[in-house]
Amino acid sequence: MIIIPCPFCGDRDHSEFSYGGDATVKYPALDASAEEWYNAVYLRKNPRGAHTEYWHHVGGCRSWLVVERDTLTHEISSAKYAHDGYGDSA
Amino acid sequence: MSASSSRLDAGGIINRDETLKFQFDGKSYEGHPGDSLASALLANNVKIVGRGFKYHRPRGVMSAGQEEGGAILTVGTGARREPNVKATMQPLYSGLESFGQNAWPSVARDFGRVNDIGSRFLGAGFYYKTFFGVRGGTKDWMLFEKIIRKAAGMGTASREPDPAHYETAHTSCDVLVVGSGPAGLAAATQAAEAGLDVVVAEQDFTLGGDYLSQPDGAHRAVEAVAKVESLGVSVMLRTQVFGLYDGCVAGLIESVTDQETGMQVRQRMWIVRPRQIIIATGAIERPIAFGNNDRPGIMGSAGLRTYLNRYAIKPGQEAVIATTNDSGYATAADLKASGAQVTLLDARTHGPDAPEGVEVLRGRVPVKGEGWSELQGLQIGKLSESGEVSVEKSIGCDLAAVSGGWSPVVNLTSHRGVKPVWSEEMDCFLPGETKEPIKVCGSAAGLWDEEECRLSGAAAAAEAARDLGVNAPVIERPEPRRTNTPTMALYEVTLPGKKLKSFVDPQHDVTTGDIRLAHQEGFVSVEHMKRYTTLGMATDQGKVGNVIGIALMAAATGAPVSKTGTTTFRPPYSPISIGAIAGRSVKQHFRPNRLTPLDAWNKKHNAVMTQAGLWWRPWYYPITPTESVDDAYEREMKITRESVGLCDVSSLGKIMVQGPDAGEFLNRLYVNGFGKLAVGKARYGVMLRDDGIVYDDGTTWRLSENDFLMTTTTANAAGVMAKLEEYLQTRWPELKVSVASVSDQWAGIAVAGPKSRDVLEAVTTECDLSNEAFPFMGIREGVIAGKKVYLARISFSGERAYEVYVRSGDAEPVADALWGATEPLGGCLYGTEALGAMRVEKGHVAGSELDGRTTLEDLGLGKMASSKKAYIGKALATREGLHDADRRQLVGIIPTGDGKRLRAGALLMADTEQQGHGEGEITAVTYSVELGHWIGLGLIKGGVERWDGKTAISADPVRDGNTEVRIVSPHFLDPKGERMHG
Ligand SMILES: [Zn+2]
Repeated sequence: MIIIPCPFCGDRDHSEFSYGGDATVKYPALDASAEEWYNAVYLRKNPRGAHTEYWHHVGGCRSWLVVERDTLTHEISSAKYAHDGYGDSA
Repeated sequence: MSASSSRLDAGGIINRDETLKFQFDGKSYEGHPGDSLASALLANNVKIVGRGFKYHRPRGVMSAGQEEGGAILTVGTGARREPNVKATMQPLYSGLESFGQNAWPSVARDFGRVNDIGSRFLGAGFYYKTFFGVRGGTKDWMLFEKIIRKAAGMGTASREPDPAHYETAHTSCDVLVVGSGPAGLAAATQAAEAGLDVVVAEQDFTLGGDYLSQPDGAHRAVEAVAKVESLGVSVMLRTQVFGLYDGCVAGLIESVTDQETGMQVRQRMWIVRPRQIIIATGAIERPIAFGNNDRPGIMGSAGLRTYLNRYAIKPGQEAVIATTNDSGYATAADLKASGAQVTLLDARTHGPDAPEGVEVLRGRVPVKGEGWSELQGLQIGKLSESGEVSVEKSIGCDLAAVSGGWSPVVNLTSHRGVKPVWSEEMDCFLPGETKEPIKVCGSAAGLWDEEECRLSGAAAAAEAARDLGVNAPVIERPEPRRTNTPTMALYEVTLPGKKLKSFVDPQHDVTTGDIRLAHQEGFVSVEHMKRYTTLGMATDQGKVGNVIGIALMAAATGAPVSKTGTTTFRPPYSPISIGAIAGRSVKQHFRPNRLTPLDAWNKKHNAVMTQAGLWWRPWYYPITPTESVDDAYEREMKITRESVGLCDVSSLGKIMVQGPDAGEFLNRLYVNGFGKLAVGKARYGVMLRDDGIVYDDGTTWRLSENDFLMTTTTANAAGVMAKLEEYLQTRWPELKVSVASVSDQWAGIAVAGPKSRDVLEAVTTECDLSNEAFPFMGIREGVIAGKKVYLARISFSGERAYEVYVRSGDAEPVADALWGATEPLGGCLYGTEALGAMRVEKGHVAGSELDGRTTLEDLGLGKMASSKKAYIGKALATREGLHDADRRQLVGIIPTGDGKRLRAGALLMADTEQQGHGEGEITAVTYSVELGHWIGLGLIKGGVERWDGKTAISADPVRDGNTEVRIVSPHFLDPKGERMHG
């Protein structure tokens, strides 16, 4: 059982979250080529060790988080908001 | 002590003032509170309590703990029958009914013992070989099958549903101590004194661990327990830590009671999140493999000591104790003190002084148990310096106890992926190092001396406290070390040229010969050897025979034990009931039940409910108690198409999409444009996945410039919501849009049919309902029954139709008002069956067509795609394979014969010969009242373009067989949509 330190809710059990996939993937523009989209949708590294990934706090604050997790030990070294907010200009 | 009882006159931790009656194999016996089932059987001189798994040899009680391999019984009857209960761990209770296993007609007279005589057929890998027909196995199989079938497996579980209640609980603490022996209690004391919140979990039904096995144990255990309790430590009895998991999470099973009443739970599963874990699980005594070492009357030396001191039982009068280490001496002394005659065999030539009155034969080992059913004597041998054994003599005895050394219980660290490390010096596996906040102390860490165990417990706790930033003294942790009289590494006693039946794992009838056979046949890895021989599998989980098995394999391969390795221990430490894992998530609590705001209202109107995902929705509304679902939905669709019907559509997903960029956001989501949708209008939209496959559809309404209300399918409501959040928070952080799920906040009622406007006109104020003022796809506000509502002129049925949305709390008065206007017009209420039927008539796609494989073109929705903008899925939807001419596309289906019905799920074949998956399948069917025959929707290769007007075969081999059908356009009724626009 992994504990994920949600920046909004604090330490929460992973059962409150759903896994959101590789957070290092940069999705291309909507009008980019099929090949670019193919790379983004299908090609994944499968690292042994540190992995940057999305987790959605679906049973909590609904934040999408960027989590650094070790795929070997499940150790989580950081969790931050995927969206930094709009700042003062909002 | 009466002749029929082996209970001593005094001593033990049992309440002699109270008597508990219980049964074993139909006979009545008596025991006391504090007894285990095993101790109560021993006290009554019941020697044979089970039969071996393969050979049906008689078995007695072999230990006093979780490692029991002999006294494995079935407890309870009927729905409460539980097989494979270790009698040593089962507290006795009044009325307990127990039964021996693997025996017919009874454990005392078991016909299956013939297997023992024919045992050359039943060695390691027996089943594999027999099934493959080698060695003339088929013939043997025929001969033995009936007996083996009856014998194979352990006890049998009840086939009735488990009537007991279970629950799951969560807790956290600073320190979880596993085990309440000297080390565990010392650790708990030290941790609590440091001010920490401590939980002690003990699998036994009495606290004290090894204290309880000692002559003055009760007193010392009580003292140590009183101490931890005075410090506020939470103590959990009969609670097994069955697994350790990621993130320092422990899984515990608490056996609350064996005789629950009312809603009391039988077992409780605890998920504990401690900050530190201290493992004080102790060690399990190893047997020695020698001939007939499974005879009833032979048990572990430590187990015997427990029976003597904790349960005040002397299971025999003339005893031989065989040991390879010092612990046999303590048992010998205690047994002698009880008045038995004791001979002690020490395999070593040097050991402690002989206990008073005990004859010690040094350099002597047990060779073979004598007696057919019960032990009558022990053949002993002299062990030469080179390790060879020569038979010396037989000693008559009715009790033998064996200690082959100790195996620390390293299972829990092993659960964390920490491999146990073989210590040549200590002759055992020691727990490996871990970086996790887990500390191992006491005998589990390889310490055999009680004072050292206490010290190591205190040291581990102090260390845990300091790791948590709490002040605690620095205590040096004792290290495992070799004493002056170390354990002799002796795993098996063999005689040159003689075959002995020596058991390594009595629970699975695995002998030393099986291990050698496995080696001979190439199964040299311990993991393979385990699976081939079944050593240490199932309810044993490597507790008894693991080390001997590994040591014998090491000897066979010539490699050291350290290089041979050990099998991986995985949770659970010992079996736990599935009911406890399920907890309360059973029956109606298996998953949440989502009720619409009109649930009570629907039921008041006689709705028959059906579950769609988590939602309970009205299926149909019978007008007589006997009206069938088919009659009801046909009536409901007929009335709706001819006049008007009301349907609860509250379960649709509803998401508010708001903000200055909301229009742009929807433009990116849907294949069709939403940016220019006028305020007060709705539009049907389809969204794709990234890979270009259709994901969901629904109408989205523009309530004001920056406010949209999106509706989704019932099934995808949560998924679409999560996707919208993902896009906004990860992909397009620049978009200023907020989304909020309002599915539960709004109730929805569809008002469908030619008279729908009449109904609304009768009840709605503050809204012009004329076709000019409120055209198709318009969104208006209004008031019904004094409640503010949204009216949307949208149609799933294809008729003139509206959907009325109202705050959930106001749903009933609005429904009452609508029904009040509908009923006098001859209208009806309709459920999901009629709803689905009418959508089939219209050729609208739903979940069975949006199956995660279909594209826009497949569903005939290709024209919706905007060429003017980009949207999710557009790029990958251009892939060649998604435009293949052979793709399955949406079609309508009608039977060619009069009155023939169609079946959803049937395959569509080009001709009567069935070929693989055929050309396509039927996805949805209904009887169409208006057309007077059955119709269906389906997906078929090449779609309408290839098939229009042609016949195909609907193949439904498990139900109706073949039916000839004609493929047509999926729009059966009113293809131009004149009805809904009027
Ligand atoms: Zn959160």
